[in-house]
Amino acid sequence: MILTKAQYEEIAQCLVSVPPTRQSLRKLKQRFPSQSQATLLSIFSQEYQKHIKRTHGKHHTSEAIESYYQRYLNGVVKNGAAPVLLDLANEVDYAPSLMARLILERFLQEHEETAPSKSVINSMLRDPSQIPDGVLANQVYQCIVNDCCYGPLVDCIKHAIGHEHEVLLRDLLLEKNLSFLDEDQLRAKGYDKTPDFILQVPVAVEGHIIHWIESKASFGDECSHHAYLHDQFWSYWNRDGISQCCSGWCGTPGLSDSSASASQSAGITGVRKHFLPGILMKCVCK
Amino acid sequence: MAAVLESLLREEVSVAAVVRWIARSTRGSEDNPGEAAALSSLRPLRKEFVPFLLNFLREQSSRVLPQGPPTPAKAPGASAALPGRPGGPSRGSRGARSQLFPPTEAPSTAAEAPLARRGGRRRGPGPARERGGRGLEEGVSGENLPGAGGRRLRGSGSPSRPSLTLSDPPNLSNLEEFPPVGSVPPGPTGRTKPSRRINPTPVSEERSLSKPKTCFTSPPINCVPNSQPSALDTSPWGLGLPPGCRSLQEEREMLRKERSKQLQQSPTPTCPTPELGSPLPSRAGSLTDEPADPARVSSRQRLELVALVYSSCIAENLVPNLFLELFFVFQLLTARRMVTAKNSDPELSPGVLDSLESPLFQSIHDCVFFAVQVLECHFQVLSNLDKGTLKLLAENERLLCFSPALQGRLRAAYEGSVAKVSLAMPPSAQAVSFQPETDNRANFSSDRAFHTFKKQRDVFYEVLREWEDHHEEPGWDFEKGLGSRIRAMMGQLSAACSHSHFVRLFQKQLLQMCQSPGGAGGTVLGEAPDVLSMLGADKLGRLWRLQERLMAPQSSGGPCPPPTFPGCQGFFRDFILSASSFQFNQHLMDSLSLKIRELNGLALPQHEPSDEDGESDVDWQGERRQFAVVLLSLRLLAKFLGFVAFLPYRGPEPPPTGELQDSILALRSQVPPVLDVRTLLQRGLQARRAVLTVPWLVEFLSFADHVVPLLDYYRDIFILLLRLHRSLVLSQDSEAKMCFLNKLLLLAVLGWLFQIPTVPEDLFFLEEGPSDAFEVDTVAPEHGLDAAPVVDQQLLYTCCPYIGELRKLLALWVSGSTGRSGGFMRKITPTTTTGLGAQPSGTSQGLQARLAHAFFHNQPPSLRRTVEFVAERIGSNCVKHIKATLVADLVRQAESLLQEQLVTQGEEGGDPAQLLEILCSQLCPHGAQALALGREFCQRKSPGAVRALLPEETPAAVLSSAENIAVGLATEKACAWLSANITALIRREVKAAVSRTLRAQGPEPAARGERRGCSRACEHHAPLPSHLISEIKDVLSLAVGPRDPDEGVSPEHLEQLLGQLGQTLRCRQFLCPPAEQHLAKCSVDLASLLVADQIPILGPPAQYRLERGQARRLLHMLLSLWKEDFQGPVPLQLLLSPRNVGLLADTRPREWDLLLFLLRELVEKGLMGRMEIEACLGSLHQAQWPGDFAEELATLSNLFLAEPHLPEPQLRTCELVQPNRGTVLAQS
Repeated sequence: MILTKAQYEEIAQCLVSVPPTRQSLRKLKQRFPSQSQATLLSIFSQEYQKHIKRTHGKHHTSEAIESYYQRYLNGVVKNGAAPVLLDLANEVDYAPSLMARLILERFLQEHEETAPSKSVINSMLRDPSQIPDGVLANQVYQCIVNDCCYGPLVDCIKHAIGHEHEVLLRDLLLEKNLSFLDEDQLRAKGYDKTPDFILQVPVAVEGHIIHWIESKASFGDECSHHAYLHDQFWSYWNRDGISQCCSGWCGTPGLSDSSASASQSAGITGVRKHFLPGILMKCVCK
Repeated sequence: MAAVLESLLREEVSVAAVVRWIARSTRGSEDNPGEAAALSSLRPLRKEFVPFLLNFLREQSSRVLPQGPPTPAKAPGASAALPGRPGGPSRGSRGARSQLFPPTEAPSTAAEAPLARRGGRRRGPGPARERGGRGLEEGVSGENLPGAGGRRLRGSGSPSRPSLTLSDPPNLSNLEEFPPVGSVPPGPTGRTKPSRRINPTPVSEERSLSKPKTCFTSPPINCVPNSQPSALDTSPWGLGLPPGCRSLQEEREMLRKERSKQLQQSPTPTCPTPELGSPLPSRAGSLTDEPADPARVSSRQRLELVALVYSSCIAENLVPNLFLELFFVFQLLTARRMVTAKNSDPELSPGVLDSLESPLFQSIHDCVFFAVQVLECHFQVLSNLDKGTLKLLAENERLLCFSPALQGRLRAAYEGSVAKVSLAMPPSAQAVSFQPETDNRANFSSDRAFHTFKKQRDVFYEVLREWEDHHEEPGWDFEKGLGSRIRAMMGQLSAACSHSHFVRLFQKQLLQMCQSPGGAGGTVLGEAPDVLSMLGADKLGRLWRLQERLMAPQSSGGPCPPPTFPGCQGFFRDFILSASSFQFNQHLMDSLSLKIRELNGLALPQHEPSDEDGESDVDWQGERRQFAVVLLSLRLLAKFLGFVAFLPYRGPEPPPTGELQDSILALRSQVPPVLDVRTLLQRGLQARRAVLTVPWLVEFLSFADHVVPLLDYYRDIFILLLRLHRSLVLSQDSEAKMCFLNKLLLLAVLGWLFQIPTVPEDLFFLEEGPSDAFEVDTVAPEHGLDAAPVVDQQLLYTCCPYIGELRKLLALWVSGSTGRSGGFMRKITPTTTTGLGAQPSGTSQGLQARLAHAFFHNQPPSLRRTVEFVAERIGSNCVKHIKATLVADLVRQAESLLQEQLVTQGEEGGDPAQLLEILCSQLCPHGAQALALGREFCQRKSPGAVRALLPEETPAAVLSSAENIAVGLATEKACAWLSANITALIRREVKAAVSRTLRAQGPEPAARGERRGCSRACEHHAPLPSHLISEIKDVLSLAVGPRDPDEGVSPEHLEQLLGQLGQTLRCRQFLCPPAEQHLAKCSVDLASLLVADQIPILGPPAQYRLERGQARRLLHMLLSLWKEDFQGPVPLQLLLSPRNVGLLADTRPREWDLLLFLLRELVEKGLMGRMEIEACLGSLHQAQWPGDFAEELATLSNLFLAEPHLPEPQLRTCELVQPNRGTVLAQS
């Protein structure tokens, strides 16, 4: 399924400064019933991440952290069961998981002499039971399960989606009898940066020659295309000495009612050497 | 200049600042203002600093090493100078020996040193001159070396070792000129005056102010040995001076008189008369090497500072010639004796505080210390020298004593080095085979022309053979012997097209004879196996080596020899000179230009940087060889092009000056260049092919006459080359741009070019900010040839044989030292008495090789190409095949062995490195099979390939020969690679397998090997894990809140969710470990919420809470999922974490029955042990709870603990009854 640019922009328009919660997502779904939840979530997540990237800095000043922490403490003293941290995050327009991390870090700093290491914090966020303070543990947990754009659970979902689509892609390639080398084989050959699959015999799709396929199980918007193109695609291009065209899986993670033909679902939109925004706006849902 | 050095020594400015100051014209931002101020006042002197520094160092060293041990030329200079020298070894005059660049007037901050130098020169003109002339030669090429003199002799005759030449020099009997030198080899004693010398700096005041040209390394072209046999005159230093320097001649005459006076007066040079103020010590005591001792180094700090500045200048390529500086440093390192400086000091600098006034090197210890300091900074360069040099360096006991660390690194580099360099002579002449495509009648205008061509061909080869037979005989002269015949032959060429035919033949023959890719017969016989492995085995290889040692040029004439025509090239040079036919020259230039353009534009294979595989080595070697062939051909062609193109402008007379020069310039600038080298260079730089273009361009330019560098066109080229030179900073890690050895090659050839006399040395020190500007020029494709490792040590040493001088210097040190054996000058001991003649072809193997050679010679060239191509590919495939079969099998064996090992050794499994050792020792012996397998593979595959590629009509005999040769070559190639690398390959693969296995076994041994795939019938229609995590997360977030009043989940939905979870877990297709972990954790969270009854249920308010029965059913589903379907660990202990149990505290009324139920089931299903649960319950008590909650908790744990260990049916209904608290009873 392909999303037009106008549709995409309409969705993105609705997402300006909306907290990343279950409720927001539900509203979005009511507004755009024709889009799958996965597509919406993916766009939401990406838009929200862009937003956070822009505003990240102002939440990390020491004054901001201190004022958040004080507000948290006051709130908890008043009522420990209330969603203090979550409300705080929504109020200041910051991702709840990130807010939880901020407060947790601040809390640990206060209660332990040494600054907490990143891995300690990460493991506490993964498993809030390890947090020494019960109230904070509950608050943090609440933030994490209510955040649909950040946090360890969301990370895991993203990872799982990436993995699943790689498997799907592999199955499709096998089904189409296309000979390929996958990432592990390529690494064994000593490639340092590899796409997911290199086709041993290139194929042509819609007039573009495809040498390799990288599964990016996220919504392919303009910005992420730029970023990927910059970070990854050129380095593949250099390594594989490929002439014309590279291709990306510009699809969102989708539903599994796959009736689309293989070439469609391979999600190949030609990311040409000379970047064509029209093509990039295609969003392929399986 | 001196001021700069002094402020350095006084630590006013830092070394880094000085180097920045020299390298860049503008002030760097990182300079501290004070330093910058100190330096900016010296601004005008900036470009003179480096020449000053170099001169300063040589000057200083000359005071300490005045009798550069075995160099006899030194001694007469020293003693002859005595009477005329009032101020001891005045710096100016002494220094001239090594004065690279003429001192220039320091404009403003007149430094003392230059003044003193001038003064010194003024005071002692005669000796200064004399010493200048010869001293320079010593400093640069002569010391310790069978240098240029040896070359001269060889040029005129035998290719013998320099030590054999001692019999013919003029006045050996002259004790003063040739004093006994003790244990040092007699070799250099017999040398005539080397031709490489500079024009001594004239001494008159006026001349020293101008910039006299001191070409300190190379003689003018016209002094090239063979071209001027008469140059072997009796005057040891009278060579190579451009006539016309009147005053010099006069001075020389004065000197000569002076010297003869000396001879009469003081026959014993060992007793310098004290009143002469000589700093020279008694010779008698200095016959043995003086040991160098790090503890006796004086003014360490100063030496370190100067060494650092010097090293930085070298590293920044501020010096013209990297290898010349290394050579100088090696000389310091191997200096044998010193002059005790005690009586020279006070006289030189009475009461002067100036730090420059006291000598830098006061003892041999200082010299060695300084040398080692510098060498330490250039380890990277050293480590890329050939294996022989590395060995000598690593074995140098002075190095060991002064810097054990450096010695250790060198030893490691030596042991790891594979850079064996063989400088064997190219194979002997082979006639160019008949070229049917061009040499047929159709290409000639008439029968007559064709006939003439055939005749000429015959004459040409006759001449060539005669030259081969006679040119090494003493007294044979090319011109006398062959000149008339050549001219007669040229006279027959009337038609223009005949000329072009002949030129083609000439050029082909030139290429065939003179370029030597990879040593003698390398392509047919393959590379000589490693020295150790062939001991006693391979006679042929040994003979090659013996021949190489006997035949290889021992000296190329110091570190900066002039351009020469060694070996067969001499024939072609002489042929051109003798023919002296302008038609021939013109056609030759056309043809050479064409061929150069063609080769220069050749698309050479590109290297893929990511391919680091062993097998690609095999392919890459071929590509490297191809590059070497192209490069060497280009260099040869360019050399001859340069020779012919500039021939009309070169002459023995000195370069014109003044108006004459201007008019010549005006004229010459009109002449178009014979080949548009400027464009080719620019394109080469842009395309990042400098490593191909620059070496041949240097050859071309090395034959330029004096006017050429002044022409705008060529000046541009020189400026480009200078910028390139400056930009090639070795320490910069820019492998992507250019490989280290590529850089080294370019630096070597450019450095050599900058030392050629016709290149004005002030060109090098042009005041420009080159490197910045250079970067702009080379915005270019990312992977040019420059980035590919096309240059190896063999090519480097073939192109720049003068680098080998470093090795000779070290070798001489070894051989000259007392009480040492071995080293370079090992005696050759024949191991058999028969068949070891000078004819290596006596063996059948050699005969075979020659037969193969002959076979190809008679066949069309395509046959040879085909056979070589097949051999190349099959050899490479063979390696790949072995890797995929034998090695892969061994790796599998290794894996199973490792498993056994791990089982027997238990969990920890021992040290991985040790494991690897054990495995390798078991498996590597199997590598020996590789050779047999490889042989079999080549035997099987090659014939078919040859047959498929050759024309059907090929005669059977030819075909079978071709097949056999292909098999042989392929086998040789494959076996050579395999025998050298198979062990390393197995090791590498096994190592990878071991680390893979250990990693897989690593953190969670329980999970290893137990992962099941989904069942065969599975169609992978289960919901995707990501979808499930996201669904469960939604439920969790609902339960945790905050939520709207109308939100909730239906019990059916929960049941469905758990059912889907089961499906997903059973279909492993899409499941990755992190997803499974999170699913496990989420399911535990879900269970906790169920137990605490925290899940909001949709429906009417009365039904708001989940029914007991439903809750139990859901818990049962979860329990079975944990038991049956999760393959990873499930964090069940989290059920009893304070946080999850705490959820219970919030519910009113509290219900404990579900928890108790869950705990019992866990135990029953064996998911958790009783002890584990008890421990968890115990730790729960430590947390802080509300009073009543803690009590209930205690009751629960007592109840749980009270149960017998074996669950009994009647206890299943046991309930926790506390009606007074309103706790609801369990309804089971």
